[in-house]
Amino acid sequence: MAEDWRQAGFALYVHWPFCEAKCPYCDFNSHVARSIDQARWARALASEVRRVARETPGRVLNSVFFGGGTPSLMDPESVAAVLEASRENWVWANDIEVTLEANPRSVEAARFDGYARAGVNRVSLGVQALRDDELRRLGRLHGVDEAKRAFGVARSVFDRVSFDLIYARQDQSLTAWEAELREALDMAVDHLSLYQLTIEQGTAFWDRQRAGGLRGLPDEDLAADMYDLTNEICAEADMQAYEVSNHARPGAESRHNLIYWRYGDWVGVGPGAHGRLTLDGTRWASECPAAPGAWLSRVENTGQAEDRTALSPQDIVNERIMMGLRLTEGVDMEFFEAQPILNMRAASLVEDGLMWCRDGRAGATVAGRLLLNRVIGELLVD
Amino acid sequence: MSTPLSRIRNFSIVAHIDHGKSTLADRLIQLTGTVAERDMKEQMLDAMDIERERGITIKANTVRIEYPAKDGQTYILNLIDTPGHVDFAYEVSRSMRAVEGSLLVVDATQGVEAQTLANVYTAIDANHEIVPVLNKIDLPAAEPERVKEQIEDVIGIDASEACLISAKTGIGIPDVLEAIVKRLPPPHSGDPDAPLKAMLVDSWYDSYLGVVVLVRIMDGTLRKGDNIRMMRTGGKYGVDKLAVLKPAMTDVKELGPGEIGVFTGSIKQVRDTRVGDTITHDKRPADKALPGFKPSVPVVFCGLFPVDANEFEDLRDAIEKLALNDASFTYEMETSAALGFGFRCGFLGLLHLEVVRDRLEREYDIDLITTAPSVVYHLFLKDGTQLELHNPADMPDLSTVDHIEEPRIKATILVPDEYLGDVLKLCQDRRGIQLDLTYAGPRAMVVYDLPLNEVVFDFYDRLKSVTKGYASFDYQMEGYREDNLVKMQVLVNDEPVDALSMMVHRDRAEMRGRAMCEKLKDLIPRHMFKIPIQAAIGGKVIARETLSALRKDVTAKCYGGDATRKKKLLEKQKAGKKKMRQFGKVEIPQEAFISALKMDS
Ligand SMILES: Nc1nc2c(ncn2[C@@H]2O[C@H](COP(=O)(O)OP(=O)(O)OP(=O)(O)O)[C@@H](O)[C@H]2O)c(=O)[nH]1
Ligand SMILES: C[S@@+](CC[C@H](N)C(=O)[O-])C[C@H]1O[C@@H](n2cnc3c(N)ncnc32)[C@H](O)[C@@H]1O
Ligand code: SF4
Ligand SMILES: [Mg+2]
Repeated sequence: MAEDWRQAGFALYVHWPFCEAKCPYCDFNSHVARSIDQARWARALASEVRRVARETPGRVLNSVFFGGGTPSLMDPESVAAVLEASRENWVWANDIEVTLEANPRSVEAARFDGYARAGVNRVSLGVQALRDDELRRLGRLHGVDEAKRAFGVARSVFDRVSFDLIYARQDQSLTAWEAELREALDMAVDHLSLYQLTIEQGTAFWDRQRAGGLRGLPDEDLAADMYDLTNEICAEADMQAYEVSNHARPGAESRHNLIYWRYGDWVGVGPGAHGRLTLDGTRWASECPAAPGAWLSRVENTGQAEDRTALSPQDIVNERIMMGLRLTEGVDMEFFEAQPILNMRAASLVEDGLMWCRDGRAGATVAGRLLLNRVIGELLVD
Repeated sequence: MSTPLSRIRNFSIVAHIDHGKSTLADRLIQLTGTVAERDMKEQMLDAMDIERERGITIKANTVRIEYPAKDGQTYILNLIDTPGHVDFAYEVSRSMRAVEGSLLVVDATQGVEAQTLANVYTAIDANHEIVPVLNKIDLPAAEPERVKEQIEDVIGIDASEACLISAKTGIGIPDVLEAIVKRLPPPHSGDPDAPLKAMLVDSWYDSYLGVVVLVRIMDGTLRKGDNIRMMRTGGKYGVDKLAVLKPAMTDVKELGPGEIGVFTGSIKQVRDTRVGDTITHDKRPADKALPGFKPSVPVVFCGLFPVDANEFEDLRDAIEKLALNDASFTYEMETSAALGFGFRCGFLGLLHLEVVRDRLEREYDIDLITTAPSVVYHLFLKDGTQLELHNPADMPDLSTVDHIEEPRIKATILVPDEYLGDVLKLCQDRRGIQLDLTYAGPRAMVVYDLPLNEVVFDFYDRLKSVTKGYASFDYQMEGYREDNLVKMQVLVNDEPVDALSMMVHRDRAEMRGRAMCEKLKDLIPRHMFKIPIQAAIGGKVIARETLSALRKDVTAKCYGGDATRKKKLLEKQKAGKKKMRQFGKVEIPQEAFISALKMDS
């Protein structure tokens, strides 16, 4: 089990913590900064990559992901510097996926060429909505037309392009969402992330909701109907859900995210980044300071930003369930069979129609996926 | 040397809830300089957290103040601030036994209310001189002249010389002090050299001093170091500490006739003392005990169980400690198939229940499940035996029961006449029998004979809401009467939940059953499967609701960094489960057990 990560792959996550403006729904580790010393940040990120790579030399890297924040605010040179650092001690897989999360604005689209030259071969665009008024409500700086233009540029520059939408928004009806989704499917190439709006603690939306505002969010039943409809319509368009909120044509899944969900190894670099790394049979969870300033000074002063804790066998089992059951493909049956208690609980969930089990694999059914937190709650071990 | 009787005045401050008793006590304490200005705070006698939080007095408090009167003499005044809520009426009546007069506070914006009347009757019973005090005259809505008339019409006491005050701003307080001295009588008699005869008025547990006993000396003198005996319980103790309450304990050497003070001895628990008992010297006892008081009787019972079954021992500890301080609630161990070990407790009323439960949860940090409150039924079995039923779960098979009697009360409600119809309807709905309907000025006074069990849960809340808070309510126990009562069971997911069983009148069973199922449907969170909720009488279902299955509970985003975050979320979810109790496959939140009984319409 120790070297299990090999089956799922090995990835690098790079966190860029800056944004142009903070969106009211967003609880990501993102900050608005007046000016950013790009060269200094690139140096720090690259030095973190080198540090871990020297500990794990020779590993084959299957994916790199620049997430944020808004990584499309990075200079292409910074992206290039980080990528170069990753090649010094690791081996890039032939089919390596290098994704960058981008906001669909014209200023950013102008940098796409540079990213491609630096080695980026996939972008994920935060389109969020295909309605101008809705984009304004979400506090986005772009409009629909601008997003579509950015999407066009991305398609011409990169092999693979995906985009994100947020639905189950205020006052959104089932039919309105259906129309918007169909438009999205017409635009989409081979990958789409469709997230139901979540009101996260610590966001402006959260505060507004607590103060009695933000009315008209869908109730549980409507949200469930929207989810079901989304799955049906996407399936018809040959864009099956391969994960709770992610849809792709077969083979076009995000390899990077699959590594998380299949519980491979990934190195997390940048403020607030998390990683999971297997070293000499021990599986480590790593975490970096979230505040950009704190992270930067730690790298520069100590040469290491991350803290590591060893995961217990129970932690590993629990995380594997939490991640794996999100996937349509589920997890390997052997995993359950190795845990008699889990096997028993899973059997009862199968009986309730919330899990399936066939061909040596087990996963959440469509009904189970909508109740995944409960299903997982039933399975967690102490 | 003890103070001559002529320079002592003992009195209680009584009123309807919130009319300003405790605030008046503050002013009397302040104006006489009993407490330094910097130590004053609002309603300073309400010291318990729960009193301060709810802004009500729960426990009567005694304070000794010294007042230099206009006649040049300094008087010793012992005041007792009493609670206004009907659940604590017993505190008022026994406080009155220790004093000779009462200040009857009436809120000049509200006028005479139900407890105003009840308190007047108790004061008259205790042979008290009564000085009416009209409070809150600082408020624009105050109508002192009208309220004076009302006092004369409704209560029949002279209000022409009532003090007009604002306990808040301090207007009129000097007049109150003069009236206390001039119009309230001194203690009637008392011989400092006679054998000791002292009334045990109250006792409480102080974590530092142990049991503290409040006494009123009738005859003789009590000194520090004396060996005393309680005439009824026979307990003998040495007096370790003797003090008066100012309101902080201030040591004194002796207490003479007419005086009120506290002592401590080696008394282990409050239960070893009995209010109304007579304390005398062991060596030179009085020949006759004082008449004593009627003990308080709990009228509402419920089960208290720890949410976490492992906390039973902690609960036992907490209940025992709390009982040290509150002799008016009773408890005994109880076991329930579904809830495990807990206690069946008896209370003076629903507020008393809530107060005790709150204190257990807060001061001892134990999450509790409170089962359906119940009154005490008298069961008459076919074989001639008679049983007291404190817990519906213990109800024997109906075929063995000849008939059942339930406790009834006499309720007095004062209400502005525009709400009279709503009040009459409420009383009729609750199986009431009208006894009287008269008018006290613009307000109606309604007297009803009602079954206690219809009043216990939510009658007061309902009354407040149908009258927008303008009605007041008081009640007394009236004895038992036979009626057509049955046990209603509640089944959740086809399993009977004992803790929700209740006795109901047969004619009201369907209605209550329906209300209960609807309520539970709202109170129980959705599960992954649908849950039938039924009410049944002897196996026959009389009401049914279905709680539909939960449809959606999934986190939209979960990437590399979220593995850790999500784990925390799931742990929180698990902690939330701790506030729930498992019944078969269903988890029921603790608050459901009481909330389910409250009826909204
Ligand atoms: N405006 C005004 N408010 C007053 C006056 N006296 C009391 N109050 C307010 O009335 C409320 C109730 O006062 P308390 O002194 O607690 O009344 P109480 O009679 O002791 O209440 P219980 O002990 O619960 O029966 C408080 O909010 C006081 O501030 C007054 O003279 N004028
Ligand atoms: C790291 S975030 C944003 C990346 C990029 N800065 C952007 O805004 O386009 C990745 C995606 O998560 C989704 N997301 C963020 N907050 C969300 C929320 N509260 N509810 C639902 N989806 C959310 C958005 O679709 C977003 O594109
Ligand atoms: S949603 Fe994207 S752009 Fe908006 S604050 Fe979050 S990370 Fe930044
Ligand atoms: Mg008070």
